[in-house]
Amino acid sequence: MSVTSVDKDFDSLTLTLIADFAAPVERVWELWADPRRLERWWGPPTYPATVEDHDLTAGGEVTYVMTGPEGDRHRGWWRVTSVAPPTSLEFTDGFADPDGTPSTTMPTTTVSVRLTAHGEGTRMEIRSAFDTREQMDQLVTMGMEEGLKLAVGQMDDLLTG
Amino acid sequence: MVSHQGDSGSLDRLFHALADTTRRDILRRCVHGDLSVSQLAAAYPMSFAAVQKHVTVLERAGLVSKRRHGREQLVLTEPEAVARARQALDDLDTLWRGRVARMSGLLAQEPQHPRTNPGTHEHRPKEGPER
Repeated sequence: MSVTSVDKDFDSLTLTLIADFAAPVERVWELWADPRRLERWWGPPTYPATVEDHDLTAGGEVTYVMTGPEGDRHRGWWRVTSVAPPTSLEFTDGFADPDGTPSTTMPTTTVSVRLTAHGEGTRMEIRSAFDTREQMDQLVTMGMEEGLKLAVGQMDDLLTG
Repeated sequence: MVSHQGDSGSLDRLFHALADTTRRDILRRCVHGDLSVSQLAAAYPMSFAAVQKHVTVLERAGLVSKRRHGREQLVLTEPEAVARARQALDDLDTLWRGRVARMSGLLAQEPQHPRTNPGTHEHRPKEGPER
Protein backbone atom coordinates (compact mmCIF):
# COMPACT_ATOMS: atom_id res chain seq x y z
CA MET A 1 0.00 0.00 0.00
CA SER A 2 2.89 2.32 0.63
CA VAL A 3 4.09 2.47 -3.00
CA THR A 4 3.15 5.95 -4.24
CA SER A 5 4.38 5.82 -7.83
CA VAL A 6 6.30 3.63 -10.25
CA ASP A 7 7.87 4.83 -13.46
CA LYS A 8 9.45 2.54 -16.04
CA ASP A 9 11.78 4.17 -18.53
CA PHE A 10 12.25 1.74 -21.36
CA ASP A 11 14.96 3.81 -23.05
CA SER A 12 17.26 3.97 -20.06
CA LEU A 13 16.05 0.60 -18.66
CA THR A 14 15.35 2.29 -15.35
CA LEU A 15 12.66 1.69 -12.78
CA THR A 16 11.89 4.57 -10.42
CA LEU A 17 9.73 3.72 -7.45
CA ILE A 18 8.53 6.06 -4.70
CA ALA A 19 7.22 4.66 -1.44
CA ASP A 20 6.02 6.33 1.75
CA PHE A 21 6.54 4.80 5.18
CA ALA A 22 4.93 5.79 8.47
CA ALA A 23 8.29 5.79 10.28
CA PRO A 24 11.11 8.28 10.66
CA VAL A 25 14.07 8.33 8.25
CA GLU A 26 16.44 6.72 10.77
CA ARG A 27 14.24 3.67 11.16
CA VAL A 28 13.86 3.17 7.41
CA TRP A 29 17.63 3.58 7.08
CA GLU A 30 18.14 0.85 9.69
CA LEU A 31 16.33 -1.58 7.35
CA TRP A 32 19.27 -1.09 4.96
CA ALA A 33 22.06 -0.55 7.45
CA ASP A 34 21.37 -3.42 9.82
CA PRO A 35 22.16 -6.75 8.09
CA ARG A 36 19.72 -8.67 10.32
CA ARG A 37 16.91 -6.34 9.25
CA LEU A 38 18.04 -6.27 5.61
CA GLU A 39 17.80 -10.03 5.27
CA ARG A 40 14.20 -9.95 6.45
CA TRP A 41 13.01 -8.00 3.42
CA TRP A 42 15.63 -8.25 0.61
CA GLY A 43 14.75 -11.73 -0.63
CA PRO A 44 11.22 -12.85 -1.43
CA PRO A 45 9.71 -15.15 1.24
CA THR A 46 10.44 -18.17 -0.98
CA TYR A 47 14.10 -17.10 -1.33
CA PRO A 48 15.09 -15.74 2.07
CA ALA A 49 18.48 -14.01 2.15
CA THR A 50 21.31 -14.52 4.60
CA VAL A 51 23.64 -11.53 4.62
CA GLU A 52 27.31 -12.43 5.08
CA ASP A 53 29.47 -9.31 4.54
CA HIS A 54 27.85 -5.96 5.12
CA ASP A 55 30.09 -2.93 4.64
CA LEU A 56 28.06 0.17 3.79
CA THR A 57 31.01 2.40 2.92
CA ALA A 58 32.08 3.65 -0.52
CA GLY A 59 33.90 0.75 -2.15
CA GLY A 60 32.52 -1.63 0.45
CA GLU A 61 30.61 -4.81 -0.23
CA VAL A 62 27.49 -6.55 0.88
CA THR A 63 27.27 -10.25 0.08
CA TYR A 64 24.31 -12.51 0.60
CA VAL A 65 22.97 -15.97 -0.16
CA MET A 66 19.36 -16.62 -1.03
CA THR A 67 18.07 -20.12 -0.40
CA GLY A 68 15.22 -21.36 -2.57
CA PRO A 69 12.44 -23.85 -1.81
CA GLU A 70 14.48 -26.75 -3.25
CA GLY A 71 17.50 -25.84 -1.15
CA ASP A 72 19.00 -24.10 -4.21
CA ARG A 73 21.38 -21.33 -3.25
CA HIS A 74 21.91 -18.09 -5.15
CA ARG A 75 24.74 -15.76 -4.20
CA GLY A 76 24.45 -12.03 -4.68
CA TRP A 77 26.51 -8.96 -3.95
CA TRP A 78 26.36 -5.20 -3.75
CA ARG A 79 29.29 -2.97 -4.46
CA VAL A 80 28.65 0.29 -2.66
CA THR A 81 29.52 3.37 -4.74
CA SER A 82 28.33 6.07 -2.37
CA VAL A 83 26.67 6.30 1.00
CA ALA A 84 25.48 9.17 3.21
CA PRO A 85 23.66 7.85 6.30
CA PRO A 86 20.80 8.07 6.96
CA THR A 87 19.54 9.47 3.66
CA SER A 88 21.29 8.04 0.62
CA LEU A 89 22.91 4.91 -0.70
CA GLU A 90 24.03 3.86 -4.15
CA PHE A 91 25.31 0.45 -5.15
CA THR A 92 25.67 -2.02 -7.98
CA ASP A 93 23.63 -5.16 -7.40
CA GLY A 94 24.61 -8.41 -9.05
CA PHE A 95 24.68 -12.16 -8.82
CA ALA A 96 27.69 -14.35 -8.20
CA ASP A 97 28.78 -17.89 -8.99
CA PRO A 98 28.65 -20.42 -6.11
CA ASP A 99 32.27 -19.55 -5.20
CA GLY A 100 31.43 -15.85 -4.92
CA THR A 101 32.92 -14.74 -8.26
CA PRO A 102 30.66 -12.10 -9.85
CA SER A 103 28.57 -13.69 -12.58
CA THR A 104 29.56 -12.65 -16.10
CA THR A 105 26.24 -13.66 -17.65
CA MET A 106 23.70 -12.13 -15.27
CA PRO A 107 22.76 -8.51 -15.80
CA THR A 108 23.64 -6.13 -12.98
CA THR A 109 21.57 -3.20 -11.83
CA THR A 110 22.63 0.11 -10.32
CA VAL A 111 20.41 0.97 -7.38
CA SER A 112 20.15 4.38 -5.78
CA VAL A 113 18.16 4.96 -2.62
CA ARG A 114 17.08 8.37 -1.28
CA LEU A 115 15.30 8.79 2.02
CA THR A 116 13.67 12.11 2.90
CA ALA A 117 11.43 13.18 5.77
CA HIS A 118 7.90 13.43 4.43
CA GLY A 119 5.29 14.71 6.87
CA GLU A 120 5.80 12.55 9.95
CA GLY A 121 7.08 9.66 7.90
CA THR A 122 9.66 8.91 5.24
CA ARG A 123 9.63 9.02 1.48
CA MET A 124 11.90 6.47 -0.17
CA GLU A 125 12.89 6.89 -3.79
CA ILE A 126 14.48 3.87 -5.45
CA ARG A 127 16.04 4.06 -8.89
CA SER A 128 17.07 0.73 -10.29
CA ALA A 129 18.73 0.68 -13.71
CA PHE A 130 19.97 -2.28 -15.70
CA ASP A 131 23.64 -1.89 -16.57
CA THR A 132 25.07 -2.72 -19.95
CA ARG A 133 27.42 -5.51 -20.77
CA GLU A 134 30.34 -3.07 -21.09
CA GLN A 135 29.82 -1.73 -17.57
CA MET A 136 29.58 -5.25 -16.33
CA ASP A 137 32.87 -6.37 -17.89
CA GLN A 138 34.53 -3.31 -16.46
CA LEU A 139 33.19 -4.11 -13.03
CA VAL A 140 34.48 -7.67 -13.15
CA THR A 141 37.96 -6.83 -14.41
CA MET A 142 38.73 -3.80 -12.27
CA GLY A 143 35.98 -3.49 -9.76
CA MET A 144 35.67 -6.20 -7.20
CA GLU A 145 39.30 -6.51 -6.14
CA GLU A 146 39.77 -2.75 -6.05
CA GLY A 147 36.63 -2.44 -3.97
CA LEU A 148 37.87 -4.99 -1.47
CA LYS A 149 41.28 -3.32 -1.19
CA LEU A 150 39.64 0.04 -0.67
CA ALA A 151 37.43 -1.37 2.06
CA VAL A 152 40.43 -2.92 3.82
CA GLY A 153 42.31 0.39 3.51
CA GLN A 154 39.45 2.24 5.13
CA MET A 155 39.35 -0.29 7.93
CA ASP A 156 43.07 0.28 8.56
CA ASP A 157 42.45 4.02 8.74
CA LEU A 158 39.76 3.45 11.34
CA LEU A 159 41.96 1.22 13.45
CA THR A 160 44.97 3.56 13.40
CA GLY A 161 42.98 6.81 13.55
CA MET B 1 15.96 -10.99 -10.04
CA VAL B 2 15.60 -14.72 -9.47
CA SER B 3 13.15 -14.94 -12.34
CA HIS B 4 15.80 -13.82 -14.84
CA GLN B 5 18.08 -16.74 -14.28
CA GLY B 6 16.92 -19.09 -17.00
CA ASP B 7 17.60 -16.67 -19.75
CA SER B 8 20.42 -14.53 -18.54
CA GLY B 9 22.99 -14.53 -21.32
CA SER B 10 20.53 -13.43 -23.96
CA LEU B 11 18.96 -10.88 -21.64
CA ASP B 12 22.40 -9.39 -21.19
CA ARG B 13 22.83 -9.13 -24.99
CA LEU B 14 19.38 -7.61 -25.19
CA PHE B 15 20.29 -4.84 -22.74
CA HIS B 16 23.56 -4.17 -24.47
CA ALA B 17 21.74 -3.82 -27.79
CA LEU B 18 19.17 -1.48 -26.26
CA ALA B 19 21.68 0.71 -24.48
CA ASP B 20 22.31 2.92 -27.50
CA THR B 21 20.20 5.79 -28.84
CA THR B 22 20.77 4.98 -32.52
CA ARG B 23 19.87 1.33 -32.05
CA ARG B 24 16.67 2.22 -30.19
CA ASP B 25 15.82 4.61 -33.00
CA ILE B 26 16.43 1.87 -35.58
CA LEU B 27 13.97 -0.34 -33.65
CA ARG B 28 11.32 2.38 -33.84
CA ARG B 29 11.83 2.91 -37.55
CA CYS B 30 11.74 -0.78 -38.43
CA VAL B 31 8.44 -1.84 -36.85
CA HIS B 32 6.84 -2.07 -40.30
CA GLY B 33 9.78 -3.92 -41.81
CA ASP B 34 9.81 -1.89 -45.01
CA LEU B 35 13.24 -0.20 -44.71
CA SER B 36 16.46 -1.56 -46.13
CA VAL B 37 19.84 -1.14 -44.44
CA SER B 38 20.81 1.45 -47.06
CA GLN B 39 17.57 3.41 -46.54
CA LEU B 40 18.25 3.33 -42.79
CA ALA B 41 21.83 4.44 -43.33
CA ALA B 42 20.60 7.52 -45.21
CA ALA B 43 18.68 8.60 -42.09
CA TYR B 44 21.75 8.90 -39.85
CA PRO B 45 24.81 11.13 -39.99
CA MET B 46 27.12 8.12 -40.02
CA SER B 47 28.60 5.73 -42.53
CA PHE B 48 26.71 2.82 -44.08
CA ALA B 49 29.17 0.49 -42.32
CA ALA B 50 28.41 2.03 -38.91
CA VAL B 51 24.64 1.64 -39.39
CA GLN B 52 25.14 -1.88 -40.65
CA LYS B 53 27.11 -2.67 -37.50
CA HIS B 54 24.26 -1.38 -35.31
CA VAL B 55 21.82 -3.56 -37.24
CA THR B 56 24.10 -6.57 -36.66
CA VAL B 57 24.15 -5.94 -32.88
CA LEU B 58 20.34 -5.73 -32.91
CA GLU B 59 20.12 -8.87 -34.99
CA ARG B 60 22.37 -10.84 -32.61
CA ALA B 61 20.19 -9.78 -29.70
CA GLY B 62 17.15 -11.03 -31.60
CA LEU B 63 15.65 -7.52 -31.66
CA VAL B 64 15.50 -7.35 -35.47
CA SER B 65 15.48 -9.84 -38.31
CA LYS B 66 16.51 -9.28 -41.90
CA ARG B 67 14.76 -10.58 -44.95
CA ARG B 68 15.82 -10.43 -48.54
CA HIS B 69 13.67 -8.35 -50.88
CA GLY B 70 15.13 -8.32 -54.39
CA ARG B 71 18.63 -6.92 -54.06
CA GLU B 72 17.90 -5.33 -50.70
CA GLN B 73 17.88 -6.55 -47.10
CA LEU B 74 14.82 -5.28 -45.24
CA VAL B 75 15.04 -4.86 -41.46
CA LEU B 76 12.11 -5.84 -39.23
CA THR B 77 11.80 -5.16 -35.49
CA GLU B 78 10.97 -8.30 -33.49
CA PRO B 79 8.26 -7.30 -31.02
CA GLU B 80 8.78 -10.39 -28.85
CA ALA B 81 12.37 -9.51 -28.02
CA VAL B 82 11.37 -5.93 -27.22
CA ALA B 83 8.64 -7.37 -25.00
CA ARG B 84 11.23 -9.45 -23.14
CA ALA B 85 13.15 -6.32 -22.18
CA ARG B 86 9.86 -4.84 -21.00
CA GLN B 87 9.27 -8.01 -19.02
CA ALA B 88 12.61 -7.54 -17.27
CA LEU B 89 11.51 -4.09 -16.10
CA ASP B 90 8.15 -5.49 -15.04
CA ASP B 91 9.96 -8.18 -13.03
CA LEU B 92 12.05 -5.49 -11.37
CA ASP B 93 8.84 -3.62 -10.56
CA THR B 94 7.30 -6.71 -8.95
CA LEU B 95 10.51 -7.38 -7.04
CA TRP B 96 10.69 -3.89 -5.54
CA ARG B 97 6.97 -3.75 -4.72
CA GLY B 98 7.44 -6.97 -2.74
CA ARG B 99 10.43 -5.49 -0.94
CA VAL B 100 8.57 -2.30 -0.07
CA ALA B 101 5.66 -4.34 1.30
CA ARG B 102 8.05 -6.37 3.49
CA MET B 103 9.79 -3.18 4.66
CA SER B 104 6.41 -1.72 5.66
CA GLY B 105 5.60 -4.93 7.50
CA LEU B 106 8.86 -4.82 9.45
CA LEU B 107 8.38 -1.16 10.39
CA ALA B 108 4.88 -1.94 11.64
CA GLN B 109 6.17 -4.91 13.68
CA GLU B 110 8.71 -2.93 15.68
CA PRO B 111 7.22 0.49 16.47
CA GLN B 112 9.87 1.38 19.07
CA HIS B 113 13.39 1.16 17.77
CA PRO B 114 16.04 1.15 20.53
CA ARG B 115 18.91 2.31 18.28
CA THR B 116 17.20 5.47 17.06
CA ASN B 117 18.85 8.62 18.34
CA PRO B 118 16.33 11.47 18.11
CA GLY B 119 18.92 14.00 19.28
CA THR B 120 20.68 14.07 15.90
CA HIS B 121 17.63 15.24 13.98
CA GLU B 122 15.97 18.12 15.80
CA HIS B 123 13.70 18.98 12.87
CA ARG B 124 11.85 15.72 13.25
CA PRO B 125 8.87 15.63 15.63
CA LYS B 126 9.79 13.87 18.88
CA GLU B 127 6.54 11.92 19.10
CA GLY B 128 6.13 8.65 17.19
CA PRO B 129 4.59 8.35 13.73
CA GLU B 130 0.83 8.24 13.28
CA ARG B 131 -1.16 5.43 11.62
